[in-house]
Amino acid sequence: MRIQLIGTIALVRKETGRVLRIWVQTLIPPGITMSLYFIIFGTLIGKRIGEMEGFPYMEYIAPGLVMMSVITNSYGNVVGSFFNAKIQGHIEELLVSPLSEVSIVIGYLAGGIIRGLAVATVVTFIALFFTQINIKHPLMTLFVIIMTAGVFSLAGLINAIFAKKFDDIAVIPSFVLAPLTYLGGVFYTVSLLPEFWQTLSRFNPILYMINSMRYSVIGISDVSIQNALMMIVVFFILLFSSAVILLKKGIGIRQ
Amino acid sequence: MHALSIKDLSKKYKSGVEALKSVSFDVQEGDFFALLGPNGAGKTTAIGIITSLVNKSSGSIEVFGHDLDKELAKAKSCIGVVPQEVNLNLFDYNFNILVNQAGFYGIPRSEGKKRAEQYLKQMQLWQKRKTNARSLSGGMKRRLMVARALVNRPKLLLLDEPTAGVDIETRRMMWDFLRDLNANGTTIILTTHYLEEAEQLCNKVAIIDEGKIIENDSMHNVLKKLKTEVFILNTEKPLDKAPEIDGYTTALKSPQEIEITVSQEQGVNDAFSTLQTSGVKVLSMRNKNSRLEELFLDLTKGQPGEGE
Ligand SMILES: Nc1ncnc2c1ncn2[C@@H]1O[C@H](COP(=O)(O)OP(=O)(O)O)[C@@H](O)[C@H]1O
Ligand SMILES: [Mg+2]
Repeated sequence: MRIQLIGTIALVRKETGRVLRIWVQTLIPPGITMSLYFIIFGTLIGKRIGEMEGFPYMEYIAPGLVMMSVITNSYGNVVGSFFNAKIQGHIEELLVSPLSEVSIVIGYLAGGIIRGLAVATVVTFIALFFTQINIKHPLMTLFVIIMTAGVFSLAGLINAIFAKKFDDIAVIPSFVLAPLTYLGGVFYTVSLLPEFWQTLSRFNPILYMINSMRYSVIGISDVSIQNALMMIVVFFILLFSSAVILLKKGIGIRQ
Repeated sequence: MHALSIKDLSKKYKSGVEALKSVSFDVQEGDFFALLGPNGAGKTTAIGIITSLVNKSSGSIEVFGHDLDKELAKAKSCIGVVPQEVNLNLFDYNFNILVNQAGFYGIPRSEGKKRAEQYLKQMQLWQKRKTNARSLSGGMKRRLMVARALVNRPKLLLLDEPTAGVDIETRRMMWDFLRDLNANGTTIILTTHYLEEAEQLCNKVAIIDEGKIIENDSMHNVLKKLKTEVFILNTEKPLDKAPEIDGYTTALKSPQEIEITVSQEQGVNDAFSTLQTSGVKVLSMRNKNSRLEELFLDLTKGQPGEGE
């Protein structure tokens, strides 16, 4: 037990240290992208849109934009770090050690969550230049950010476990994550959509995360907040167990 | 106590290659053991299975009495491994690589730092502690991997072709270091495809060829076998027993065939003069091609440390 504890702390330290060490790669790009979103959608186009659900457009999209960067960055962090370890071979440092699969998953998860939190902080600060933010439910906000970062860290880990070449880690972010995020209600309320598309949107898990975030920050949501939070927790547990099982079986890492 | 006990270990890769075919051998605590065999014999596969980087197909392995299927973490804690291929994180500080590795074995950071310093110094890499592995030469990378393998003070150190592709100086240094380490009680298993390396370092040797162990004995005995040739002499007249020749081992294969074992330094002249005086006329002679002899040629080609 003591070995696992010390080992997990060592890996958590290594993975979170990586995020902060290469902050130019991990924290600056999302800051720049999000500034552009705020300028274009918030300031330029947002003025013409006016209010959404009774909030200035900028204020309405800010929580979704934070969530969008949390999702891409936590996913990107873990998929990149783990895949790199596989390609360079130093994943073997972990595999030959007595560190358990659960500890390994926790280590990578921590790196992704720290990246998510750090990026969320950066983007929130940038948002403050464009709009005011009064966070309605601070603890729930933190919970939603951590859990969403966790879910996508785990998804990134699973992607990296299966990935054999660089293409394999590029496909999911651009062909699955990006569309689901854009269609997940970052920029609009789903009530604006025709009936059919509203129903379809409810199968998009990212919709629930973005709405949880919007609820935590400005107090409104397109979906029941209990269901949304429950959904995030269920996803987290499912992905965590899958990642542990895949590592135990040695999928993608042992011949 | 067995440092390592392998029973009926087999491995068939998905590609269909049978890399190991029911391999069994034991390594005693304190041994300096060579797993000697030509390229493709299955050495790296064996090391991979012992360190749980490769899944076995069947068989069992115990490390200091811990069965890998039942007490994996305990077994792993006893082992340090230096792989054949460089598997370093090329972007991390060398010092951190060692401290982290110690951490993964459950060694607290303060102690890990001390050990990192100790082994970097022993591997003559202390000046390089704050650079990353990308900027190290091949020999230095190998030494860094040795240092990394030592941070958990393993009772069993596994080295997969430790001197392949390194310069002569590094090889000498490594040999001296490993001898010391072994003398201080660490059991060492190294794989090599150079007889000379095994001969220089090891007291025990198993020869592996095409996934099978074909010899497993003390270095002394295996060398004796390796460095002999067996000839078959066809005689003019049938004999009823093998002629006794001083200093040689002989056997009668058939009434007109004598099998004679000749060590390399001995030569065949003496044997022939004895036969001559005892009136045995030899019509022809051929080499009894044994796999061991072919292997001997293979294993003595080139120099240890030469790249492949
Ligand atoms: N990952 C793999 N997939 C399929 N075959 C492999 C793999 N690794 C090794 N082999 C094959 O297994 C055999 C033994 O290889 P290896 O254990 O690397 O030998 P050695 O280390 O003695 O040179 C070779 O025929 C090799 O081609
Ligand atoms: Mg090999």
